[in-house]
Amino acid sequence: MLSSKAMLDGHGEESPYFQGWKEYEKNAYDDVQNPTGIIQMGLAENQLSLDLLRTRLENNQDATRLTNNGESVFRDLALFQDYHGLPAFKNVLEEFMAEMRGNKVSFDPRKLVLMAGATSASETLMFCIVEHGDAFLLPTPYYPGYDRDLKWRTGVELVPIHCSSSNGFKITKSALEEAYQEAQKLSFNVKGVFITNPSNPLGTTMSHVELDELITFAVAKKIHLISDEIFSGTVFENPSFISIIEAVINRKLEKTDLWSRVHIVYSLSKDFGIPGFRVGMIYSNNERVVSTATKMSSYGLISSQTQYLLFKLLSGKEFRENYLKENRKRVKERREMMVVGLGQAGISCLKGNAGLFCWVDLRNHLSSNTFTAEMELWKKILHEAGLNISPGASCHCTEPGWFRICFANMSEETLMVSMERMKAFLHKQ
Amino acid sequence: MAIEINQQQPPQEVGLSRIAVSETHGEDSPYFAGWKAYDENPYDESKNPSGVIQMGLAENQVSFDLVEKFLEQHCEASSWGNKISAFRENALFQDYHGLQSFRKAMASFMEQIRGGRANFDPDRVVLTAGATAANELLTFILADPGDALLVPTPYYPGFDRDLRWRTGVKIVPIHCDSSSNFQITPQALEDAYNNAESMNIKVRGVLITNPSNPLGLTIQRSVLENLLDFVTSKNIHLVSDEIYSGSVFSSSEFVSVAEILQARNYKDSERVHIVYSLSKDLGLPGFRVGTIYSYNDKVVTTARRMSSFTLISSETQHLLASMLSDREFTQNYIQTNRERLRKRYEMIIQGLRKAGIECLAGNAGLFCWMNLSPLLETPTREGELSLWNSILGEVKLNISPGLSCHCSEPGWFRVCFANMSEQTLEIALKRIQEFMGRRRSQHRETVFGNSSFFRALQNRKQKRKKKFSKIRRP
Repeated sequence: MLSSKAMLDGHGEESPYFQGWKEYEKNAYDDVQNPTGIIQMGLAENQLSLDLLRTRLENNQDATRLTNNGESVFRDLALFQDYHGLPAFKNVLEEFMAEMRGNKVSFDPRKLVLMAGATSASETLMFCIVEHGDAFLLPTPYYPGYDRDLKWRTGVELVPIHCSSSNGFKITKSALEEAYQEAQKLSFNVKGVFITNPSNPLGTTMSHVELDELITFAVAKKIHLISDEIFSGTVFENPSFISIIEAVINRKLEKTDLWSRVHIVYSLSKDFGIPGFRVGMIYSNNERVVSTATKMSSYGLISSQTQYLLFKLLSGKEFRENYLKENRKRVKERREMMVVGLGQAGISCLKGNAGLFCWVDLRNHLSSNTFTAEMELWKKILHEAGLNISPGASCHCTEPGWFRICFANMSEETLMVSMERMKAFLHKQ
Repeated sequence: MAIEINQQQPPQEVGLSRIAVSETHGEDSPYFAGWKAYDENPYDESKNPSGVIQMGLAENQVSFDLVEKFLEQHCEASSWGNKISAFRENALFQDYHGLQSFRKAMASFMEQIRGGRANFDPDRVVLTAGATAANELLTFILADPGDALLVPTPYYPGFDRDLRWRTGVKIVPIHCDSSSNFQITPQALEDAYNNAESMNIKVRGVLITNPSNPLGLTIQRSVLENLLDFVTSKNIHLVSDEIYSGSVFSSSEFVSVAEILQARNYKDSERVHIVYSLSKDLGLPGFRVGTIYSYNDKVVTTARRMSSFTLISSETQHLLASMLSDREFTQNYIQTNRERLRKRYEMIIQGLRKAGIECLAGNAGLFCWMNLSPLLETPTREGELSLWNSILGEVKLNISPGLSCHCSEPGWFRVCFANMSEQTLEIALKRIQEFMGRRRSQHRETVFGNSSFFRALQNRKQKRKKKFSKIRRP
């Protein structure tokens, strides 16, 4: 009675990524009311710097009262459903995105398309680029949500570019070629490569070498390059973040046809900790993509109330610079806390310089080098240690034993508790 | 015939999808072309009094003051009070179930609009960023690419894009015309269904808008009952877009499909889904607040998951939860808004009548359905487009031609009246009256002053004489 999209499992909610979430909801940790509950470490939220936004709010009545210097702009906002987005907000975003990239790249607001979250933005790009049965190559491990966001309604196939711990999970030329061959064997028409930079779940920025390989590959195969840069504001130390656009400019390819095949996805959800406000965007050099995506954004516009709020809050170069600096500092400190805590339990993480999580090596604790063993370990950690972490399998990692553990979605105290629990649990094993 | 917009594509551009290069987004129809004309020369009472008056936009601007007053008196609704935790929680809240307080408030508001004649369960409310998203989402869930939804004509032009563009689903029209007051007849329903079948297209449901856009008229109870019986007998879905339900001039005149289902004890209700939004009734299209209300559990679950692509800002949910939970506000708003819309409607009807123009007798919405067929040079689409161009060019009014709403009878136009001040409406009416006055005097001259007209008349008389002379009397 319903469509095949509705009847099949394209929503992806049967995966452990979501299962653990459900367990957590049944028995959520609370330091006072439920100190033995499950601590949520599978959610890449940034709760570290919300106070900075909140303070800015206090000094900015206009932002919430929908006034401009005291005069009401309510009516205009209430009626504003122009899919080109609030111009003042786009200008602020464009400045912010440039500042985040050390002003090495400038952004044109006309190439920016606003939508309700990166979830919406990524899917929309697929609708613009793929036909049913086309494929996109994604380096593994990748964000589990892509299986739903990119595939569910668009019909695209995702083919993994296998990355391994042998070189720190970096993308290699041969891995790219292998993935391409694999897609061809399956008779998929490869349309592009989709990367997340900084990487989720690795917590690392993509190297200059990797970006070069990707660009060479995309030029040779005449395919698209999409870079989800949603964590770009969390890069707290070198190697510095290189946006895909910067990398293409460095290769002096702006005047070639590759330029119109490069697209960025971004959102304020991670950098500012405001996933509820649904602020995502596509940045593309391709006129047709911009024009089509703009029309498609009708299916997920950002509330004008929220566009206005954030325009007001994020105006002011000084505030933005201070925010970025402070947020990075806090992310770094938190990550170190986790790395040290895990270190005390004899566990190492992949060296990282970004993101809201660590990519943790628990291979030594597997009963066997299999994903079955990984699932067993994950369940034990969930039920015995009371920690919901994300197993590498849910991120399509090819090697069992790696887990993503988030550190920015809780208080320091809760993080300490989780580290103690991990130590105690591993000690028992 | 299924409505197909020309799908001719330019050669593949840098490997984009067919969806990206097709014209199914529909922005080349007159509906949008008039909009562009307005954008280039918009009316402003002081700065551009001879500009184009926008009468093609179904916005509700008559009751803003009520919302503004609420906001002034309830600052906490649009901010988060003193506790940082409130801001933090709201900013982090991206649960696709939506704020429970908002769902409750929405369900209650929908009940109040229907005068308490139907109950709504907050757990069946799925939130989407606007009705645009809701309609598309439902289509993804109820139909596969290549399937069809039956939609009565005339219909909201946006459906061509929203129901078809990315979903690959077709629209097969249920033809309604003035002979039945544009109500959906059983015959028209059957014809549409059979038409789809004859083209080997699988029909998955019927989608109605009640009250209707562009008719500005509620659907009669008997028609709804018949529709329900029809979809049940064919085992298909019924989607009722009730986005204008709060804009019915008199509460008792609106019958929602929800009421009928309740009266039937929800028998066969799992095929029924209601779409609603605050864009028209509350005049807040910018805030992107839509909802799907489904009586089907699987649809609710799937729609909820799919709504991840189109969530409502938690800031906006927070504000509206506060507003719609305030019964004093909602009762006053619903009543006052209705009354103001009714007055506007009366004003435009009188004004048009004075110009010698009749409209379909309406009872809802933000527009009236105007009959200009007597003015057409030829009773054809070309005739209608030509008249529309004159009205846009000469009278400087952007109204929506029936053609853009897929009306099968040429000469009907949708004219919006709630997206402007009363003064502007008066000016628009005056312009129409003057235009009609000019037309009438031109017509008189043409009839009496044009000798070729008489020659043609004589010729026709001769031909008829000849023809009848050949008929042999029994």
